[in-house]
Amino acid sequence: MKTILRFAVALGSAFAALPAAASLNVFACEPEWGALAQELGGDKVSVYTATTALQDAHRIEARPSLIARIRSADLLVCSGSELEIGWIPLLLTQSGNSKVQLGNPGYFEASQYVVRLEIPKVIDRALGDIHPSGNPHVHTDPRNIARVAQALEERMTQLDPANADGYRSRGKSFRERWQAAIARWEQQVAPLKGVPIVVYHKDFSYFINWTGMREAGSLEPKPGIPPTPSHLAELIDQMKRAPAKVIVYSPYNSPQAAEFLSSRANIPTVMMPFTVGGTDRAKDLFGLFDDTIARLLAAVK
Amino acid sequence: MERAKLIALAATAALGAAGTAAAQTQGDLSTLREQVRQLEKRVQDAEATAQQAAVQASSRPTGENALNPAVSVILNGVYSNLSQDPNGFRINGFVPTMGEVGPGVRGLSLGESELALASNIDHNFRGTLIASISPDNNSIGVEEGYIQTLSLSNGFTIKAGRFFSGVGYQNQIHAHAWDFTDAPLANKVFLGNQLNEDGVQLKWVAPTETYFDVGMEVGRGRQFPAGPAGGRNKNGVGSSNLFAHVGGDLGTSIAWQTGVSYLSTSPQDRTFDNLDSNGNRVNTNSFTGNSRLWVLDGILKWAPNQNPTYTNFKLQGEYFRRKEDGDLTFNTTVTPQTGGFASVQSGWYLQGVYQFVPMWRVGYRYDRLNSGTTSFSSPLSAADFPILAAYNPTRHTVMVDWSPSEFSRIRLQAASDKSRSDATDHQVFLQYIVSLGAHGAHKF
Repeated sequence: MKTILRFAVALGSAFAALPAAASLNVFACEPEWGALAQELGGDKVSVYTATTALQDAHRIEARPSLIARIRSADLLVCSGSELEIGWIPLLLTQSGNSKVQLGNPGYFEASQYVVRLEIPKVIDRALGDIHPSGNPHVHTDPRNIARVAQALEERMTQLDPANADGYRSRGKSFRERWQAAIARWEQQVAPLKGVPIVVYHKDFSYFINWTGMREAGSLEPKPGIPPTPSHLAELIDQMKRAPAKVIVYSPYNSPQAAEFLSSRANIPTVMMPFTVGGTDRAKDLFGLFDDTIARLLAAVK
Repeated sequence: MERAKLIALAATAALGAAGTAAAQTQGDLSTLREQVRQLEKRVQDAEATAQQAAVQASSRPTGENALNPAVSVILNGVYSNLSQDPNGFRINGFVPTMGEVGPGVRGLSLGESELALASNIDHNFRGTLIASISPDNNSIGVEEGYIQTLSLSNGFTIKAGRFFSGVGYQNQIHAHAWDFTDAPLANKVFLGNQLNEDGVQLKWVAPTETYFDVGMEVGRGRQFPAGPAGGRNKNGVGSSNLFAHVGGDLGTSIAWQTGVSYLSTSPQDRTFDNLDSNGNRVNTNSFTGNSRLWVLDGILKWAPNQNPTYTNFKLQGEYFRRKEDGDLTFNTTVTPQTGGFASVQSGWYLQGVYQFVPMWRVGYRYDRLNSGTTSFSSPLSAADFPILAAYNPTRHTVMVDWSPSEFSRIRLQAASDKSRSDATDHQVFLQYIVSLGAHGAHKF
């Protein structure tokens, strides 16, 4: 037993050790929460973001590299509401890390701090891959980011009291800049009110709710089910009767279905950044909304 | 937006109440400002309360069953077309494991149904029960039933109960998540299809960027290769397994993992039957001694930008090598004769599965076993054990499957199986596998 452990430790030290300079090791499930943790934590945190804008957070393999990272995390920041149900539970049970298990302060679900939309009244798999606790893509409404920021700041303060003042002052600064940005964005999105939009997946529901746009349809026949020819044919018919102004999709979606509908119904498509890193301009949370709004306004003009 | 309107409304009301004529003096103005400020605060407070209530309402679980474990059921059924009689199935050159290694029955059949319950027990433990319900002999078996720790830190996890042993790669994967209908030949001859042990597992994950784990299992030795079905009748440890894995990402699109494991057991009266070509028992033999199995495994998964939704490819292979030595008893029931027996045998498989468009995958697998060397000492001779005569079984398998959602899969598989030295079994399987209930999470 002892020999095995000694062997393991010796072999383990042969690998590059994780950065230990920062006070808090943050494991962010999605880029938007990685970016937020970085805004709030500055140089006091080391943030590892598990997914990119080119990946669908519903479908992530529980890869060895992710287990290795969650093993040393102090704080896990995820969307929650079953978005990561196919991989996070597995990473948690394999990690041997009690700090980030459900119920401990190191486990943070962003969607718990906002009002969730689309909580299904009927829950059945025949309706597709639905989320019983509502739509998990809460970050597409900037007001939700502000709410999550407040909660995340408190959580970081609790986990790392030595740097509490730093988190508070960075949090305050971020929230002020964010509120100013929201005020600016709300003026910019005024022309989008009531504009009919076709989405790929129901991942822009909070954005649509915020801007007052109207969702006219989705390319997926049911959540999580890829577009089918028959469903696209129905959408084309529907667009002929009541055309939408724009079709949007995310970087992790194939543009094929959107372009097909676009060419048949003569409606412009827009690839939205969806999250931080989704486009070149979406470098941080501010850029994410700047670019999202600019792309939509250009398309519906 | 809404708030601005409310404040404006409040301000108008306040102005109205104060009366325009009286509002000329400085004192009145400051009173008004104060009133507006207070109203604004009340509106803010009301908003915060409403927001809080809405968040709570949207997150509150309802009903007593909110604390029930996650329940899922796996159903599967298969149509089998086999050119050789499955009752006469054997893998020549290797000791029969007396487990469920055959290709099943011909025609339509319901496979084993799985019922899985899993939940956190408290802040210290998580529990999992996976029961398999056999369609034919009306029995419920425990496939896995274990608890594992949540509250250990520094990378340690302990598992106790019955679980699929961490020997090799495929052995830990549930049959419903396999990429082919049946197990590789090597898993059939070296692990009796799939080894689930009653025991304890300790695993440690290193604090490194590159994934590294090392672990140890000790068990009773409840089935092949440690003993006859039902387990050894001995105190102490009947089987032990050591394993280690290394894994990581290569670039943005490839993930890999490789592992080594060493399963060491001391079989006691491990019986097997000599069968004739119709599958009838000729005599029974038994082995007592040592069995040591090395397994090297490797897996590589490619998906563009780690997004497997559209296309992905999976390459998986394992190499097994086993050394056994001890006493073999021939014909235990009539005139038993015991002599020495030793063998060194090996086997491997390599398989690739490619998802070329969403929902559709194709796969190919090649199996090969090497019966290696076997030696008998007097009074036994090789002629007493025709099943162990030198032979290297091979098999080619192809499959195509369609998964309309994450919860259902329909698979067509064809194989040319040369497990028997005297005939090739041409096999076709048409299979459905579905899962009901809780969303599963699959190991890498």
